[in-house]
Amino acid sequence: MRHRTFRIPAFAQTTSGATGLALAVLILAVALLGPLFAPHSIATPIGPPGQPPSAAAPLGTDFLGRDVLSRVLHGGFSVVWIGTVATTLAYAAGSAVGLIAGYTRNLIDPILMRAVDVLLAFPALLVLLLLVSGLGPHIPVLILGVVLVQLPGIARLIRTATLETSTRGYVEAAVARGESMMSVLGRDIAPNIAPVMLADFGIRFGYSIILVASMNYLGLGLAPPTADWGLMISENRSVIGLNIWSVVAPAIMLALLTIAVNLIADAYVRTSGRSFTPRGRARILRQTDG
Amino acid sequence: MGTAAPPVDPVIPTARRRRFRVFGRNPVVGFIVRRVTAGLATLVVASFLIFAAVQVLPGDVASIVLGRNATPSRVAALQADLHLNRPLIPRYLVWLGNTATGHFGDSSAALAQGSKVSVWQIIHTPLRNSLVLAVITILIFVPLCLALGVAAALRAGRRTDHAISLTALSLGALPEFLVGTLLIVIFFTQLKLLPPISPITPGETPFTHPNALVLPVLTLLCASVAFGSRLVRASTIEVLREDYVAMARLNGYPERRVILRYALRNALAPSVQVCAQMVQYLIGGIIITESVFNYPGIGTAVVQAVSIRDTQETAVIAVILAAIYILVNIVADVVVVLLVPKLRTQV
Amino acid sequence: MPVLEVTNLQVHAPSGDPILEDVSFSLRAGEVLGLVGESGSGKTTTALALLGYTQAGARIVSGRISIGGELVEAKVEPLARRVRGRLISYVPQNPGTALNPSMRIGDAIGAMAETHRPDRPSPSIGAALAAVGLPDAPDFQRRYPHQLSGGQQQRVCISAAIVCEPPVVVFDEPTTGLDVVTQALILDELMRLRREREIAMLYVAHDLAVVAQIATRIAVMYAGRIVEEGPANQVLRRPRHPYTRGLLASIPDHIEPRILEPMAGVAVGIGERPAGCSFAPRCPMRIDACDQAVPMLRALGNGQLARCVRAEEVTTPPQRLIALDRSAPAEAAAALCVSNLRAEHRSRRETVVAADQVSFEIDKGRCLALVGESGSGKTTIARTIVGLHAIAAGEIRLGDEKLAPRARRRTRDQRRRVQIVFQNPGDALNPRQSVGTAIARPARGLRGLSATDAVAEVKRLLDLVRLPQRLLERYPAELSGGERQRVGIARALAANPEVVICDEVTSALDVSVQAAVLKLLSDLRHELDLALLFITHDLGVVAAVADRVLVLEHGHVCEAGPTDAILHHATNDYTKRLLAAAPSISHVLEHGH
Repeated sequence: MRHRTFRIPAFAQTTSGATGLALAVLILAVALLGPLFAPHSIATPIGPPGQPPSAAAPLGTDFLGRDVLSRVLHGGFSVVWIGTVATTLAYAAGSAVGLIAGYTRNLIDPILMRAVDVLLAFPALLVLLLLVSGLGPHIPVLILGVVLVQLPGIARLIRTATLETSTRGYVEAAVARGESMMSVLGRDIAPNIAPVMLADFGIRFGYSIILVASMNYLGLGLAPPTADWGLMISENRSVIGLNIWSVVAPAIMLALLTIAVNLIADAYVRTSGRSFTPRGRARILRQTDG
Repeated sequence: MGTAAPPVDPVIPTARRRRFRVFGRNPVVGFIVRRVTAGLATLVVASFLIFAAVQVLPGDVASIVLGRNATPSRVAALQADLHLNRPLIPRYLVWLGNTATGHFGDSSAALAQGSKVSVWQIIHTPLRNSLVLAVITILIFVPLCLALGVAAALRAGRRTDHAISLTALSLGALPEFLVGTLLIVIFFTQLKLLPPISPITPGETPFTHPNALVLPVLTLLCASVAFGSRLVRASTIEVLREDYVAMARLNGYPERRVILRYALRNALAPSVQVCAQMVQYLIGGIIITESVFNYPGIGTAVVQAVSIRDTQETAVIAVILAAIYILVNIVADVVVVLLVPKLRTQV
Repeated sequence: MPVLEVTNLQVHAPSGDPILEDVSFSLRAGEVLGLVGESGSGKTTTALALLGYTQAGARIVSGRISIGGELVEAKVEPLARRVRGRLISYVPQNPGTALNPSMRIGDAIGAMAETHRPDRPSPSIGAALAAVGLPDAPDFQRRYPHQLSGGQQQRVCISAAIVCEPPVVVFDEPTTGLDVVTQALILDELMRLRREREIAMLYVAHDLAVVAQIATRIAVMYAGRIVEEGPANQVLRRPRHPYTRGLLASIPDHIEPRILEPMAGVAVGIGERPAGCSFAPRCPMRIDACDQAVPMLRALGNGQLARCVRAEEVTTPPQRLIALDRSAPAEAAAALCVSNLRAEHRSRRETVVAADQVSFEIDKGRCLALVGESGSGKTTIARTIVGLHAIAAGEIRLGDEKLAPRARRRTRDQRRRVQIVFQNPGDALNPRQSVGTAIARPARGLRGLSATDAVAEVKRLLDLVRLPQRLLERYPAELSGGERQRVGIARALAANPEVVICDEVTSALDVSVQAAVLKLLSDLRHELDLALLFITHDLGVVAAVADRVLVLEHGHVCEAGPTDAILHHATNDYTKRLLAAAPSISHVLEHGH
């Protein structure tokens, strides 16, 4: 058992990390709790379209006359939950593939990696477009698309990390003891590649949000009258001259969210001090251990 | 201790001996051949996935394409036109053969309307327009990425570096459509300087309205330069930490020479890989950026094709994009092999 | 007239703690000063400081360095660069990573000549290469570093260092990464260069035996200070500082095998140095005066200097020679028996034979050493025995049971009875598991102990390997290399094995720590009646620990027999070459260089 007192994680002690964390908490709060505070309904108009901010509508109305503020408060929820579910699924699948490929090496590895290479031959958005064209613009399709896009990169990363770790002494000692593959993966390999996974998860989470929001923007994701930041940016272009907030408000929310996620991920990478760069690099000052 | 015999060093490690040699002595040519073959194989598999993705769906392709105009006779006619009554694999092979030889077929949506429009006719102009956009962007972002990345790496940890890194991080975090929209807000809505959507009509080249290129290129540059410069920075920092850079300093070489001939020369290969990655990213970015500005390129074409469920057009565009993607990979790999002496001689 | 003079060199770490203090020495033309120290002693910092170079934010605070009368502005880096290559040059520890991978070696050497002597005609590259024993053909000059062997790369570095004929050359452990035969050749080369060109050499090393081969004077460093200096012969025969004495007593020697005496305690880190003599906490001759002030480096006659108040009383360590076992192996069944083992490395393109027709036996309570250079197959053999690598042919028997090739297919009991300790203490332990957990795992997994029983067992094992109980809850990152290696041994013992394989377990450790670990293994072997398979490339270690020796070359057994027979009456050519090349202090003392 580990009896460690709680410490503030290293990444949160940097300026950018702390800023990112604060921003992320703020925006996520809006995204997840916003719907509870919306003053008006998101579907019914409350005034003429494209009205500038007023007392009744602090952010004005959108191209159909609906309250922008309420729609902004509702607009983050889908993108965040879909992004989370998709990234988590992608991670689960990708880690499994990567761990097994990296651990078994000569057996299943080449096959899995060929498959991964093929998936990597597609630009991300194209995959989503193809799926939607085949299966229609439904939420499960979006999730599947994001998973397919993220999975190869995750598998590659985890595979490299696993390969590197499995040559370490403690892993070989466990293998020599005859421990099962699951035991070795779980007790020795996974905990030691966790920092790499965490950093990567953060970046990919941000990317998933971008993908989903982009699909929504194109009108090939969530359908109107859903309130979604990406969709709002697209549909309010016609009234951008009348009420700039109809586009800028959701844009700012989305921007802050993605920036925050990236700040955290970057601070984490910088402070965790571990990266899977080629090992065995001698320094001019090779000091043997005392 | 010590022997009287003249010094004889152990055997030099020979380059890996291959079981059979392709193209005689030059290992690089062999590598290119292998790489291209692998790329083609990947493309074929990818094309199958594309084909399957657009064709296989719950429900009936023909009905969905026809939409509200679906009457039994029309459905049957369209099915015959689209060869939907044959099994999947032979259909795929025929399609593959046609596509590979340049016969891109006819638009499914047009067929549904009763007219015959070749896909090539629909896409060849947008393809050209997108290439213009892409080439201009690449010509700008490659030097910019390298310059910013190297500058940040050389001043790593200091203020210039922090400024560049943080800006890059924030800008790179933003989705393209967001950047594009914000640029429209700034340059059109507020400043009234540039057009918000592309005024290019079919028949014109992008160069008849150069103004219209500015914002799309800026949008594409934003994310790619941001990401790219951070990656170049990271790999350059790694090279700067290498032993041979420290050794060059210990040998008393002037710092300028150390940076150029020792550090940057060896940071070229990873930078090439970064640029290739960014070019691939660009291909995806073009799709959405063109939509923001209504630029008549391949991106808007494919989005439209998907919206109206034009299976043939979607599939063809997807294959072309995948081919470009794979080609970029191959070119980058070959350039890296040429740049790194160790790979060149042992590949 | 000394060609290099260093006075009161002081280097501080970024935290302000001193790395080097009061370092002074001088060097005459044609002299070789061997600067010896273990990790943390500051020897490399000294070597680099001579070139005005510091690592990791350290600062040269004060000190006067002059070469050939010219003052080196060591504190200001751009100014210091002016002397590099021209007055003083550097030969690195690892030539493979120190050479620019995208520069041909001819250009690398030529660049030195052009940069530092632009006014004089450049020597031909061919001549520069021939001067260090390399071929001078244009083809060879066009090679890239990765196309050369380790020894050739090091010769290239040496050639680049001397091409501008600087009066002083600093060698920073130049042979550490090379195998023993190549090391001997390089040392020969250096001695020849010294004779021909009268270069003043500063040879930095952690291995006193290697330094003994080449140095005319020796300076010993401990905790950032020079603690002893003098003519090489004098320092080796009659050390004047307890630390030097301790070092000499812990260095193995294959010509005159002796029992090693490890020093107590561990080396002190930067920032932890006591107020008085830094060595006092570990010193067997300590008195109160030692803790009050740092002793001065004082002259003792014979050209020897020592930093100890009781220097005159320091004696030569007694040679407790080992009576090597010459008896024939016992008749009882061997604990481990390997017959006609063949192991291969298969990749998609080729199959490399790592070991072929290897046979040996180890009895209970005996130690067999597998000796060979890198590439000899010794590690692969170790891995096949423990089940990490499949055998292509042959048989491994544990007692009278035949072992399956892969660990997973062996019975739990078989797995328990053979254990392995790895070379690199850095990655032998799971960083995320405490010491206690790591040691308990074999006990629970292979012996079926319950959680409570395992805890008791772990405590017993910590005692057995002479580690304090408080390490139970610690994590590997908080331990030193020697401590981690002991934990690795404890982990192996936790399974109650009959056979323990030690794969170069001391190669990454300092000499004094190595002595302690070797003593521990010896004691454990006798206490627990273990059969030890000891894998190493160091013949001195073999002499200290093994009953029988097996010499491997490229996967084949060259020679096998009792230690005494192999070390003193070898018949095979390769074995003889190895023995001749391996450094030995006693050999130098008897026969000179």
